[in-house]
Amino acid sequence: MAIFLDRNSKVIVQGMTGSEGMKHTRRMLASGTDVVGGVNPRKAGTRVEFDGRTVPVFGSVKEAVGMTGADVSVVFVPPPFVRAAVDEAVDGGLGLVVVITEGVPVHDTVAFRARAVASGTRVIGPNCPGLISPGQSNAGIIPADITTSGRIGLVSKSGTLTYQLMYELRDLGFSTAVGIGGDPVIGTTHIDCLRAFQDDPETDLIVMIGEIGGDAEERAASYISRLVTKPVVGYVAGFTAPEGKTMGHAGAIVSGSSGTAQAKKEALEAAGVKVGSTPSETARLVRGLLR
Amino acid sequence: MDLFEYQARELFARHGVPVLDAHVVDDPAEVRAAAERLGGQVVVKAQVKTGGRGKAGGVKLASDPADAEDKARAILGMDIKGHTVGKVMLTPTADIQDEYYVSFLLDRAERTFLAMASAEGGMDIEEVAATRPQALARVPVDATEGVTEEKARQIAEAAGLPEETVPVLTALWEVFTAEDALLVEVNPLIRTTDGRVLALDGKVSLDTNARFRHPAHEAYETPGEGDPLEAAARAKGLNYVKLDGTVGVIGNGAGLVMSTLDVVAHHGGAPANFLDIGGGASAQVMADGLGVILSDPDVTSVLVNVFGGITACDAVADGIVQALGLVELTKPLVVRLDGNNAERGRAVLDEAAASLGPLVQRLDTMDGAAARAAEPARS
Repeated sequence: MAIFLDRNSKVIVQGMTGSEGMKHTRRMLASGTDVVGGVNPRKAGTRVEFDGRTVPVFGSVKEAVGMTGADVSVVFVPPPFVRAAVDEAVDGGLGLVVVITEGVPVHDTVAFRARAVASGTRVIGPNCPGLISPGQSNAGIIPADITTSGRIGLVSKSGTLTYQLMYELRDLGFSTAVGIGGDPVIGTTHIDCLRAFQDDPETDLIVMIGEIGGDAEERAASYISRLVTKPVVGYVAGFTAPEGKTMGHAGAIVSGSSGTAQAKKEALEAAGVKVGSTPSETARLVRGLLR
Repeated sequence: MDLFEYQARELFARHGVPVLDAHVVDDPAEVRAAAERLGGQVVVKAQVKTGGRGKAGGVKLASDPADAEDKARAILGMDIKGHTVGKVMLTPTADIQDEYYVSFLLDRAERTFLAMASAEGGMDIEEVAATRPQALARVPVDATEGVTEEKARQIAEAAGLPEETVPVLTALWEVFTAEDALLVEVNPLIRTTDGRVLALDGKVSLDTNARFRHPAHEAYETPGEGDPLEAAARAKGLNYVKLDGTVGVIGNGAGLVMSTLDVVAHHGGAPANFLDIGGGASAQVMADGLGVILSDPDVTSVLVNVFGGITACDAVADGIVQALGLVELTKPLVVRLDGNNAERGRAVLDEAAASLGPLVQRLDTMDGAAARAAEPARS
């Protein structure tokens, strides 16, 4: 099963012919993703070879969808072009659009997200590593070879912390790991993923990684206490972050007394979530619950 | 990126928000002439990117140009909450009848925009929000529709602001969208005794991710601003934040670095900085990062915590060895490397151990490495 992405997903890559797009399309194909096309109006009709697999380049998302039946797009285009690319994917009728690009203006994200919501398209990101259902499909830049398939679901704002936990728990394996991104406004939230994991019969336990900034973790805690019956293990990064400083991710900032790691940890614990104080302890908590 | 009041005022004027005439000076010798041009009686306002400057003595009424010069001399160079006043703005005085509060901002939780307005301007708005929430109207703004005249009227009515504020609200919305702002705030927006509506103060925060479509915003960036180490790191394109402790930290990925700081603290240390060198962890970026951290006199040890994902650990280890050849290591350095090809990466480091010298240690786990790096701080 997995969530949002599985072995039947047909993936197109917007920005495939750029250097990041090429590099990661090759990696996605190597990890079993069914990449059925790229989109670049200036290279429409050409083909790109990836280690023995040929991927056609289409002039538009609509054309790509018409020719291939694609239902997922991964977006690698540079920040100035992201809004138009996502709008095109949404209008093309794709069900899932994964925006890897970092540095997208917030006004653009708010605008394309509103359009996606109106059309029923799920957006993941921007500024995210994407998502992987190990052994089935990989849409984005998550390294596929650090883990295996299994029954843990993971949702995280942070890419490298996702990798860290996937690696520490590689013997147990994951149904799906979703990197939702560290921007102030993102298309898919912790709650969206919690809901999907709760409904996924192939997920037994959920790992939720949060970080300072905003109140998404507090909202997720409230959601968990009401609607999630599966065990949830949490981790929150940024206890030592000072007020008013952006810590790498555009959304990772403590403003006044709001958005602190302590408040998020307390909210999660109040919802019955076991929260690790380090990534390794978090992995141990997962092992304890799955034993 | 937060702007100074005088920069916010410039953007207001550009988009038709009514503001007072003003002169910005950094030299007290220029104050007298500027005050004369503004009519003699002026307000002298410290330009600092922090609140509470009035209470700190950074805003003074001057009765004549000579007085303005005295006041400016007192304010220039003043320290307000750690911010040194480098410029003052002079404006004429205004006859205030009413004071309002207006802002447009990003509502992260609702993932859209929000208008806030109050007929009780001029005060600390967070206090109003806490003590008299009914006095602060909050009106969601649909991103695709924006603030039309009708919407502006709705905001004004919700807050009890007069009809004359409606065109000012639409002009402020234009500042918000046309300049890619994350916050546009006016406190106070005033109505004068002769019925004019004016923005008497302004706070604007711009989205630096949108700089590609706003070449003019470059003028607002102050490269040397803030902590000197942060400025040096920024000049090298590094994502660095100075903190109070003694353990220098380098890692890849914002989340992992934040987590590393926490784990250092968990083991009794205090992190000296946040530094994210990104996924690739190339030798040059690592060397640049080490250079900045080693130049921090507060640092007594350094922790390098890298997860090899897309760039596997052996390549990362090569980068670290090369980087250590580019800098002179003066403090203990602990490396923790995990992820893809971890064994090969560790072997690369162990092989180079002899040439790297006794200051470099390698540990397998994040907790172990953080505990080791925190040792000098605890002893």
